[in-house]
Amino acid sequence: MTSATAISAESLVKNFGTNRALDGVEFSAREGRVLGLLGPNGAGKTTAVRILTTLLRPDAGSASVAGHDVLTEPHAVRRSIGLSGQYAAVDENLTGRENLYMVGRLYGMNRPDARRRAGELLDGFQLGEAGDRIAKGYSGGMRRRLDLAGALVARPPVVMLDEPTTGLDPRGRMDTWRLIAELVDDGTTVLLTTQYLEEADALADTIAVIDHGRVIANGTSNELKSLVGGERLELVVDEATELDTAAEVLAGIGSDTPRVDAQSRRLQVVVNDGSKSLIEAVRRLGDSGIEVHDVGLHRPTLDDAFLSLTGKPTEVSGNGGTTDVAEPEGAATAERAEWGGRQ
Amino acid sequence: MTVVPPSLRDSSVVAWRNLLNIKRNPDWLLSGTVQPIMFVLLFAFVFGGSLGGGRYREFLIAGIFVQTVAFNSSFTVIGLTNDLQKGIVDRFRALPMSRVAVLLGRTSSDLAVSLLSVVIMSLCGLLIGWRLRGDPTDVLTGYLVLLLFSFAMSWVGAFIGLISRTVEVAQSAGLLWLFPVTFISSVFVSAESMPTPLRVFARWNPITVNADALRELFGNPIRVGMPPPSSWPAEHAVPYAVGSSLVIIAVFVPLSVARYRRVASR
Ligand SMILES: Nc1ncnc2c1ncn2[C@@H]1O[C@H](COP(=O)(O)OP(=O)(O)O)[C@@H](O)[C@H]1O
Ligand SMILES: [Mg+2]
Repeated sequence: MTSATAISAESLVKNFGTNRALDGVEFSAREGRVLGLLGPNGAGKTTAVRILTTLLRPDAGSASVAGHDVLTEPHAVRRSIGLSGQYAAVDENLTGRENLYMVGRLYGMNRPDARRRAGELLDGFQLGEAGDRIAKGYSGGMRRRLDLAGALVARPPVVMLDEPTTGLDPRGRMDTWRLIAELVDDGTTVLLTTQYLEEADALADTIAVIDHGRVIANGTSNELKSLVGGERLELVVDEATELDTAAEVLAGIGSDTPRVDAQSRRLQVVVNDGSKSLIEAVRRLGDSGIEVHDVGLHRPTLDDAFLSLTGKPTEVSGNGGTTDVAEPEGAATAERAEWGGRQ
Repeated sequence: MTVVPPSLRDSSVVAWRNLLNIKRNPDWLLSGTVQPIMFVLLFAFVFGGSLGGGRYREFLIAGIFVQTVAFNSSFTVIGLTNDLQKGIVDRFRALPMSRVAVLLGRTSSDLAVSLLSVVIMSLCGLLIGWRLRGDPTDVLTGYLVLLLFSFAMSWVGAFIGLISRTVEVAQSAGLLWLFPVTFISSVFVSAESMPTPLRVFARWNPITVNADALRELFGNPIRVGMPPPSSWPAEHAVPYAVGSSLVIIAVFVPLSVARYRRVASR
């Protein structure tokens, strides 16, 4: 049984003056799935979310949510969605409870229902204790949770979360991940934007990688990883002075330009022959008198995928090892962008 | 339960939320209460003292009421631009609520603030010797005329808030326009000594006429130490005051609603 499409965006274009924020963005999510929009700051994620939530009109293209066109049936779209924007839109002079009660009333709930739902959500988001305090005194994490709770008040079939974990501490982020996972268990369709690769990897069923207003790749986390090609050989050398020689040696073995992180003396290269390549690398490095540590093979991370697709590292790196990396080959980038156009 | 139109229900939720905000924000309450007291005392004693004592003071009060509720329209500007800036309006716009509710809720809660200002000013006026001399129906009508004018001015404020590019622009624009509009009137001095264009403006200015209408309904002196007003608006003060407020509402409600539909978060 194939489920229906809950979110779809087709050739969305949006200009702000001469700045093209969206340049033909396309993506879709099926009912009950999590779609991750992954991209660096300024990629166009928020603009896409604002169009899908009827806050902004696209200059071209179309979009629909829960079967309703955002341009022709905006009211029906609003009835079907819950939004938690990039910056928590919490009313600071109201208590947490009053904030949620108000949202419930504005979704058309009657007073007792709105009151009950506000209480449920406060408990579910660990705001029960703080529920009757003015939100001005809330921490950043509490505001974020309150805003998230606001998106769920009416149990909408589609929930849009714009960078729900940005600015949260690691625990807050884990809590939010758990909440999102619970949502999906209930059959809710979630669109989630993020700059965190691990986040998209952990939560999203499908990921659209956005850069400069375009979807440059589109697929499951695994599909994206396989884009980057084979396994990666990673190793650490003893001395910083050995980096150049080691990079030369690895260039002769791997199938792309080795990435070098001078600070941690770490080198990385894509290899095609797995352990054979590994043994060969260690042997040749030994011949050159270079001692290696932490040598190993790993499947490419989403981080690697992003680097290959955009030609630059993301702001937030999954494994902390992508500073000062070499540019990937232009040809490979173009080829992968092509793949992104389909699907 | 009776069926309340969604737009009114949503507006009342927004107004409830606005009033909670005002109640919990002392700055706001201060502008809504202390400012009117200051206006009454300052104008009554600074102008009243030099221009004719008790009777002039009684004449002035209605003008101060009108001027104060006109200035209260800047609360609408500030409240709305704050909500726009903080993303609260975005939250509202993504909800399946009535499109006019954010504006109607705001102008309604500001009407409540004006009502509070008017009550305070009335008490303050009574303390310094002002009296309501009209019959009760007229007095009540007078207050309703004043509140209608306040509501109309609030919609002008809503429009200013929605067309301003930044909060700072909105705040100064929301106040600046009120100075010429309230002072080029015969609220405090006779318009007859003004140059012709100003005199014509002052005569037809709703501020002038609302003050005249209140004086008539409250049984206060219409003019003190000035030639009696002889223009058409002055002779039909009550209907003209009500009519001008209705025209302002009829113009600025659709303008603001249209603008609200297009406004993006700033
Ligand atoms: N209201 C706006 N006015 C002008 N430019 C905007 C506006 N909103 C976004 N932009 C621009 O559009 C581009 C995409 O922004 P945005 O969608 O916020 O990206 P992201 O959410 O991925 O960080 C950026 O270059 C940004 O500066
Ligand atoms: Mg954003």
